[in-house]
Amino acid sequence: MDILTILIIIPTLTVLALIFAKGQKSYRTISAVGMGIQTVYSIYLLTRYLTERAEAGGETMLFRRTVEWFKPWNINYEIGVDGISVAMIILTAIITLTGVFVSWRVKELPKEFFVSLIVLSTGVFGFFISLDLFTMFLFYELAVIPMYLLIGIWGSGPREYAAMKLTLMLMGASALLLVGILGLYFHSPMVEGHHTFSMMAIAQAPMEHMDQLFFFPFVFVGFAVLGAMFPFHTWSPDGHASAPTAVSMLHAGVLMKMGGYGVFRVALLLMPTAAHEIGWIFMILAGGGILYGAFGALRQTDLKYINAYSSVSHLALVLFALLLMDVVSWSGSVLQMISHGLITALFFALIGMVYERTHTRDVTKMGGLLKIIPFIGMMYVMVGMASLGLPGMSGFAAELAIFVGAFQHSGTLERVLTIMAVLSIVVTAVYILRVVGKMLMGPVTNEAFKQMDKARWYEKTAAIILLACIIGIGVAPGGLYKLINESVTPLIELIQKGAL
Amino acid sequence: MNWSYTIWIPLLPFLSFVINGVLYNRLPKKLSGVIGTSALGVAALLSYLTAGRYFFGTTSAEGYQPILAWQSTWMHITDKLAIDMGVYLDPISIMMLVVVTTISFLVHLYSVGYMSEEEGRNRYFAWLGLFSFSMLGLVLAPNLVQTYMFWELVGVSSFLLIGYYYDKPSAVRAALKAFIVTRFADVFFLIGILLYSYYSGSFKFEDLNNIAAIQAANSSIPVFMGLSALTWGLMLIFVGGAGKSAMFPLHIWLPDAMEGPTPVSALIHAATMVVAGVYLVARLFPAFHGSDDGFALHVVAVVGTFSSLFAAIIAMTQMDIKRVLAFSTMSQIGYMMMGLGVSGYGEEGLGYTASMFHLFTHAAFKALLFLGAGAIIHAVHSNSLKDMGGLRKYMPMTNITFLIACLAISGVPPFAGFFSKDMILEAAYEHNKLIYFTGYITAGLTAFYMFRIYFMAFWGRNRDYDHKPHDPVWSMKIPLIVLAAGSVVLGLLPFNEWVTSDLRPLHIHFDMMMAAASVGIGVIGIITAYLLYRKPSDAPDKISHSLGFVYKTVKNKFYMDELYLGIMREVILKRIAAPVAWFDRHIVDGTMNLIGNTTVGLSKGIKRIQSGDFQVYAFGILIAVIFFVVLFNYFIPTI
Amino acid sequence: METGIQIGDVLLVTSIMFFIGVYGFVTRKNLIAVLMSLEIIINAAAINFVLINKLVFTTNLHGVFFTFFILAVAAVEVAIGLVIILNLYRLKDSIDPEEITTLKH
Repeated sequence: MDILTILIIIPTLTVLALIFAKGQKSYRTISAVGMGIQTVYSIYLLTRYLTERAEAGGETMLFRRTVEWFKPWNINYEIGVDGISVAMIILTAIITLTGVFVSWRVKELPKEFFVSLIVLSTGVFGFFISLDLFTMFLFYELAVIPMYLLIGIWGSGPREYAAMKLTLMLMGASALLLVGILGLYFHSPMVEGHHTFSMMAIAQAPMEHMDQLFFFPFVFVGFAVLGAMFPFHTWSPDGHASAPTAVSMLHAGVLMKMGGYGVFRVALLLMPTAAHEIGWIFMILAGGGILYGAFGALRQTDLKYINAYSSVSHLALVLFALLLMDVVSWSGSVLQMISHGLITALFFALIGMVYERTHTRDVTKMGGLLKIIPFIGMMYVMVGMASLGLPGMSGFAAELAIFVGAFQHSGTLERVLTIMAVLSIVVTAVYILRVVGKMLMGPVTNEAFKQMDKARWYEKTAAIILLACIIGIGVAPGGLYKLINESVTPLIELIQKGAL
Repeated sequence: MNWSYTIWIPLLPFLSFVINGVLYNRLPKKLSGVIGTSALGVAALLSYLTAGRYFFGTTSAEGYQPILAWQSTWMHITDKLAIDMGVYLDPISIMMLVVVTTISFLVHLYSVGYMSEEEGRNRYFAWLGLFSFSMLGLVLAPNLVQTYMFWELVGVSSFLLIGYYYDKPSAVRAALKAFIVTRFADVFFLIGILLYSYYSGSFKFEDLNNIAAIQAANSSIPVFMGLSALTWGLMLIFVGGAGKSAMFPLHIWLPDAMEGPTPVSALIHAATMVVAGVYLVARLFPAFHGSDDGFALHVVAVVGTFSSLFAAIIAMTQMDIKRVLAFSTMSQIGYMMMGLGVSGYGEEGLGYTASMFHLFTHAAFKALLFLGAGAIIHAVHSNSLKDMGGLRKYMPMTNITFLIACLAISGVPPFAGFFSKDMILEAAYEHNKLIYFTGYITAGLTAFYMFRIYFMAFWGRNRDYDHKPHDPVWSMKIPLIVLAAGSVVLGLLPFNEWVTSDLRPLHIHFDMMMAAASVGIGVIGIITAYLLYRKPSDAPDKISHSLGFVYKTVKNKFYMDELYLGIMREVILKRIAAPVAWFDRHIVDGTMNLIGNTTVGLSKGIKRIQSGDFQVYAFGILIAVIFFVVLFNYFIPTI
Repeated sequence: METGIQIGDVLLVTSIMFFIGVYGFVTRKNLIAVLMSLEIIINAAAINFVLINKLVFTTNLHGVFFTFFILAVAAVEVAIGLVIILNLYRLKDSIDPEEITTLKH
């Protein structure tokens, strides 16, 4: 059994075990154990990766393996990882694990809930290890479908509407994506007399200039919808607001990162010429989206909406940095994906905890919660600080790297957009502190709040795991940055070779 | 010599923060103060040791050389733009070390008494520890990024401490205001760092301050609106400094920050954090001075001078004792900025030395003023000067120390403030007469408003108090005494030997005429205050009435708060955020919903054909058959 | 070849029968009547088979035999049709085709 496939097998076995299990306690224990093993395993993968990397030399992808799947069209189960994928895998494992903890007390259909949750994560793991466009697309769809069920069944508020909107927009995006992928396929180099879906092969021989220009928007928009790029972001606020806590966490923490990752792996790496030439259109959208999302968040009063818009803003920063196409920006962008994944997951987890106690997410109806639920309140303050880019937390390191990278571009458009991006952090500070001031500080507005429960052990566990990661990355980002940077550098060199 | 132990100076307060923060409720209440105080005590001793070894042990013909005492990799963005955490020792950082650890230690000690009845004392001491750690990290930074990082951290600890009474709405508002205003300024700081480092290719101070490189850059770096990119970068960095140091027009957060506990105001908003801006300019002084003939430095001088006069004028009208002190702080920091702004480099660097000297002495007497005010507030349970009067009988100790501080800040010899202030004025006189004159007026105003509050609190009307006010407990008295002693003697330190712009000793001469003039204006101020406030009278009210509109404007701080609030509410929220939210809901999301609804509508239309009535279907089949028969018979030729 | 009845005449009659049947099938509001209309259509087809066999392919009897099959199938059809109608009546208390729209589901 090769080392990467185990990443899919562990969740699959967990799902099987869940199907035969009985009783709510056993469901959650099985899920927690399964995802715990997955987390430990992905950290083991990191150590294996680091040792192999030291020996591997110039090879960009490690642990590669190809299993023939459908010969006539050259579809293979082709897998492999570099530093970026490894980082994403660890992120996914951690967020799924904490997501299980946060949903410790799901009352409705607990078995089905955990099954869907873990199937979803399986899709994500598969997505991050795939090197074959077809396999990647397959895993992507595998992740989107359970999302519909999770929001539609376990959600709150107008959940059918939200679930439908989210699924339809993502499906529409996958349709575009499919066009793009088929375009890539039919212009790919011949392998054994057939076209190929292999990204490694396509990257070596990118397609013709005009074809790139035609197919780039399909792939880019297809993935950017998942990354909530303006103006395709509206599924995100409604979807998040209706989704159950763990799903919001996974969704904002991991699924939206798949958008960024896909843009990076497929759109930019396989069609670099088009990215150079027409990337500026999307750069304007992404760069504008940073401020747009931040101002959008300023007016919201629903906690989840605030966060959803905040995610729009942060993800726009990721896409913006990706489009700048240089080593530092890309490294910063990947770092930002990971950092934002952790931060936003913790945010949604805490919002879920608050909502469970107050039964409202309207900020204006809350007040003085810090006194009543000090643990959750303090965590919220800290994660808020992380989100607004406080040094010592992961967000700062990522943003700094992006800004430094962005400042290396002296073109007027890049300069203006970069400065706009930097200015957005003030707006971020305003909307986050507004919530902190209204919700956590001040006098207690509602007498009923005084009877709230303190945080329970599983809530504390989830929050502490995530916060530890955030602070860990913030205090010492050097290692993670190096891991990413080393993987990004050869890719950039490849692109530059192709572009010339 | 081995300097690596200096890393413990910031780490000790950090440990105090971690212990108090993690063990939060499990720690006995009394212990938290003890942990914090002892950590800072040891840190202070280490700082004195470092200062002693540095100033008396490392001098050479080249002056004092900077030492990189400790270093650790943080993030290597590129090989050139590598960011390392480190401990950078040079005269100003060591001076700041001494200031920060001493004041922080005294404030910790003071807080043990002051906060003894508070519930959340562990939280308080945890945050004080965090603040001290961040401030020391800021002071010791060897590069701009570390400065920025700790800069933000002090901002956050300031936010947390101002909002210490977080169930009080005014405190929450003040905390948010402080954070957001400084954050706003910090964004420009960040842009400045990025811009400056992009053109100079490094984050390290030793590279940024390299005079030869700056000279070369002046001619080679692109120009924007007549100034080089380096100058723009420096001016943006200065915006960050102005935000933290409450320079006009970013000062509005400082008076409100007085909502925090008084020892916090003494530590953060008087002695240490607010002078970070001055420290930053001093840190980059060679760059400021060298780039574009010091244009950025002129900006510093003008902003500093204006702020100092502006704040002094407002301070004369305020009735809240802490707010007067806050405006006084702003005014004094303006003085320091002015000192830096008028300074030259090397032999002409009198302003630089004077400014640092003033920073040093100001820390002592302003902390003393705040701690004294804290003792008064603790005794009379009110911030308002209207509720005070005649306190000299009840609180003799506080009275004497407060008086010493007032004399020091007014520039009366031989107290500490006299020397430093006089030096600044002297530097200003050589540089620009207008700046000198403004500074000179400000000195008089300073003496007036300080003695105004002194006489109003300790003399003036005798009144009956519900609880009889008394001098504070010993843990609060010791800091007062120590700082009072400092305010008396610190002026005699040979600062020109130690802290200079080019690290070599500076020769200064003492101008008797100048000194006499500045003492004179101080004394005039004191006498005016004495005449107006020594005894209860209605003269001050009459004067303010006769000034009418002017008085009202000043009393309302020139309506700056209202202006900002208006911009925030009317422009940002109503003109930008609300339309964005509307646009998002109705246009962007509306389009998406429109697509969805159109599809649903279409399908509803098509659905009707499938009625389920088989007779209709049969009829359809018939029509189709006829259609095809006709089609194939008459229109499509047979194959 | 006999005179009198020409092929065209008979085809005219069966066509009329067929369209009467179709008309009835589409318009009758009673399922029994619909079934009867169906019979008319089938009978029209059956007559055509016999006639064309007689008038065009005089050497064999395939058309005639086929008519027997048609008659057998028609009988079965009526049987099944009546059973369905009976069950529908039990289920819905009506044999009006307009009320029986379960086909759309």
